[in-house]
Amino acid sequence: MTMSTTSLPIPAPQGAGIFSHPPLASRARHLLGLEGMSRDTLEALLADGAAERDWLRRGEPNRDDLAGCSVMLTFIEDSTRTRTSFEVAARRLGANVLTFSASSSSLNKGETLLDTMKVFEAMGAQLVVIRHSQSGSPAYLARHLPRTGIVNAGDGMHEHPTQGLLDLLTLRDAWHGRFEGRRLAIVGDIAHSRVARSAIAGLNTLGAEVTVCGPGTLMPADVESLGCTLAGTIEEAMVDADGVMALRIQKERMEKGLLPSLVEYARVWGVDMARVELMKEDAVVMHPGPVNHGVEVDSTISDYGRNVILQQVANGVAVRCAVLKRCWAAWNEELA
Amino acid sequence: MSTLTLFKDARHWKTGETVTIAVEDGVVVPIPRRGHEHARVLDANGAVLAPGLVDLHVHLREPGQSARETIDTGTRAAAAGGFTAVACMPNTVPVVDSPAWVEWVRHRTGNAAHARVHPIAAVTVGQKGEQLAPLMAMAKAGAVAFSDDGHPVASAAMMRRALEYARPTGLPIVCHEEDPELRGDGVMNEGFTATRLGLRGLPGAAESVMCRRDVDLAELTGARVHLAHLSTAQSFDALRDAKRRGLPVTGETCPHYWILTDEAVGDYDTSAKMNPPLRTADDVRACIEAIQDGTIDCLVTDHAPHTRDEKNLPFSEAPFGIVGLETALALTITFLVEPGHLTLRRAIELWTDAPRRLFDLPEVDLEPGSVADLALFDPASEWTVDPKLFYSKGRSTPFAGWRVRGRVLATMMGGRFTHLAPDVEFEHQMVLPAAEAAK
Repeated sequence: MTMSTTSLPIPAPQGAGIFSHPPLASRARHLLGLEGMSRDTLEALLADGAAERDWLRRGEPNRDDLAGCSVMLTFIEDSTRTRTSFEVAARRLGANVLTFSASSSSLNKGETLLDTMKVFEAMGAQLVVIRHSQSGSPAYLARHLPRTGIVNAGDGMHEHPTQGLLDLLTLRDAWHGRFEGRRLAIVGDIAHSRVARSAIAGLNTLGAEVTVCGPGTLMPADVESLGCTLAGTIEEAMVDADGVMALRIQKERMEKGLLPSLVEYARVWGVDMARVELMKEDAVVMHPGPVNHGVEVDSTISDYGRNVILQQVANGVAVRCAVLKRCWAAWNEELA
Repeated sequence: MSTLTLFKDARHWKTGETVTIAVEDGVVVPIPRRGHEHARVLDANGAVLAPGLVDLHVHLREPGQSARETIDTGTRAAAAGGFTAVACMPNTVPVVDSPAWVEWVRHRTGNAAHARVHPIAAVTVGQKGEQLAPLMAMAKAGAVAFSDDGHPVASAAMMRRALEYARPTGLPIVCHEEDPELRGDGVMNEGFTATRLGLRGLPGAAESVMCRRDVDLAELTGARVHLAHLSTAQSFDALRDAKRRGLPVTGETCPHYWILTDEAVGDYDTSAKMNPPLRTADDVRACIEAIQDGTIDCLVTDHAPHTRDEKNLPFSEAPFGIVGLETALALTITFLVEPGHLTLRRAIELWTDAPRRLFDLPEVDLEPGSVADLALFDPASEWTVDPKLFYSKGRSTPFAGWRVRGRVLATMMGGRFTHLAPDVEFEHQMVLPAAEAAK
C-alpha cells in the first residue's frame, strides 16, 4: 500500500441529484422493507398483529376491513407458504384476491414485469403483493406504479418484511414484550438471506442486539454495518443469547462451490442441544422454514420446549392481516 | 474570401494571459495587422480558451445500436462538452474487428462530423477473446488503439499474444480490467450498500488482479498497455508500481470515480450503475491522489449511452453505463479544480495535451499554424445538469439536477464552430476592403 493517509474531503453533492428520489419507504401504502421503518410504526404493527392473532384463534367469521380492495398476489418465485398465508389473511379480511403466477402468464412471452403490473393497475388492483427473485423489484414497482400499494413478499437477497414481522411477533411473545437487553443469534447463509436482513433491521429498531455467524463464503461484505456483530463460531454466537435463528441452506450453494458438504455444515454450524444449552434458559429456537432436518437444526430440537418454529407460521397470517390493513388504509388516504 | 474569426480577450489556458486569437482557413493565424474584409469577433470577455478536449473512451454505438446513440448524436454531445475529438470503442454490432469497419467508423459522418472520430479496434475477433483480430491491417486503416472494452481478455496467454503482436504498431492495448470469475454476476460494488440492498457485489479485486497481470505482461512483452477506467485504490497502486518500474503502462479514470461512492446507488438507482462500479470513499480519495501525483495519465468519460427503456429496467437487469460527454468539464472544474486538488491548467492538460500524446494524435495549441480545434469555456459559470437538454440520446447520469460550475461557450473544430452556447453572440466587422488591403 503506497497511499498516504491524508484524508481529502469528498466534495458534497451540489443541489438535488440521485439522492433526491422521494423516499419510497415513507409512503405507508407500500411495505418494501423493515429497514428505515420507525419504531412507532413497527410497534403498532406488532400490537395489531397480536390482536389479529387472537381474533384468528377465535375462529369468528370473515370481516370486511378490506372490502373494495383488490389484492393481486404476484409470485414470480415459488412460495406455497407465503402465498397461502397472504391469501388467508386477505380473504379473512374480505378482500378480492387475485393470483398471478409467472408460469401461466405472458411473462413467458417477453412482456416485462412492469408492463404486466401496469395492466393490473389499469384493471383496478390496489394492492400488489410481490415475491420476486430479484432484489429491489418491489422498490422498482413502487417507483413506476403511481396508483398501487406494493407489499414485499420477499425480494431476492434483500428483504422479507412480513417474515421479519412474524419473527418479531414471535420474539415479542418469548421475550415478554421487551426487546432491550435481548440478543438473537442468526446462523448460516446471511449473504443470500432476506429473512436475516429484515430481522436485523427490525431488531435494531426495537433495541435488541444481533450476532451473526456462518461460513465465510456465505457472509456478505461489511456485514456488521447492517447493525450486528460477527462471531467466529456458532458457540461464540449462541453463548448467553436469548434465541437463535437458523437459516435455511440451499443445496445450490454446494453446486456453486460455496460449501463443501451438508454433513460438514451440520457439524460446524448446525443447532443441536449441546449448543442450545449455551444460551440463556428461556432462549428460543427459530427457523424460517422449510427446515432441512438434520442440517440447520438437529432432529433432537423438535422436542425442545422453546422451539417456536410452528408459532412463527401461525403468526404469519396475523401480521399479514395487520400489514394489509395498514397499506389499504394508507392507499385510501394517499390516493382515493 | 474566407472568414476570419477572432476570439477577443480570452484567457490563455496555459499562461493565464489575456489574448486575442485569430483563426482562418481552419488554423490559428497571426492577428492581421491591417484588418480584414470580413471578421467575426467573439468577445470572450475573460473566458478560458484551450485546445479542444479529447475523450479517449466513448461508446458511439454505431454500427448497430443507433437507438442508444449514433456517431452524429454522440459527436454532437462531444462538441457540447468542449470536445473536438473522441476515440470510440469497438463493442458495437457488429464488433469493429476488421479494417473495413475501422474505415466505416472513421468516415461515417464525413464532413458533417461534430468531432474527430478515432476508432479503437477490437483485440480479438468479435471480442470473444479467442482469436486475434487483424491488428496490423486495422492500424493501417486508422485505428488509434486496440481494446476488447466491455469484455476483459480473460486468458493471460491470449493477452500476451495480443501484446506481442500489437507491439510493432506502437499502439496501446486498452484493457478493461475485470476477472470474469471474480466478477461473477455482480451488479454493483461489493460492500455495505450491496449487502444492505441484497445485490450481488463486484469486488474491487476483480479489477486490480487483472491490472497486476497486465502490468507484468507489459514487462514481459515490452508492448504498450493502457488501463481503462480505473476505479479502485489497488488499481491505482498497480499503475503507480508499473511507472516506478519504468514500464510502458498508462491509465485513465472517469469523473464519477473521483466524485461518487457506491452509496449513490441509494434505492436501486440505475443511473448509478456502471462498470467498473462506484466504489468506496477510500477509493474516491485514492482516485484524486492518483490524478494529483501523475499516476493517472488522462481523464475520460466512458460515455456509455443506453435507451430510457433499458435503464428503466430493474437494477439487476439494467445495463451498465452512464453518459458523460456533456458534464465532464464541469465535473472536473467543480470537483477537482475548485476544491484545490488540481490547477485549472493541469486539469485541462489531462483532457487535451495528455490524451493527444497518449494516442499520438496531432498536437493542438493556440500558436499560429496549429489546427483550430478549440474550446472556449467560462470556469465560473454555474448551471444545473438537466439530461433533457443533452444532445446525446443517452440520458442516464447520476448527476442529474446537480449544480456545477464551468460552462462551454463555444467549440471549434478545424475552424468551424461545432457548438455555440445560446448566449454567445458575434460582432461582425468589416475593417478594410480586400482590394484596398491588397495594394
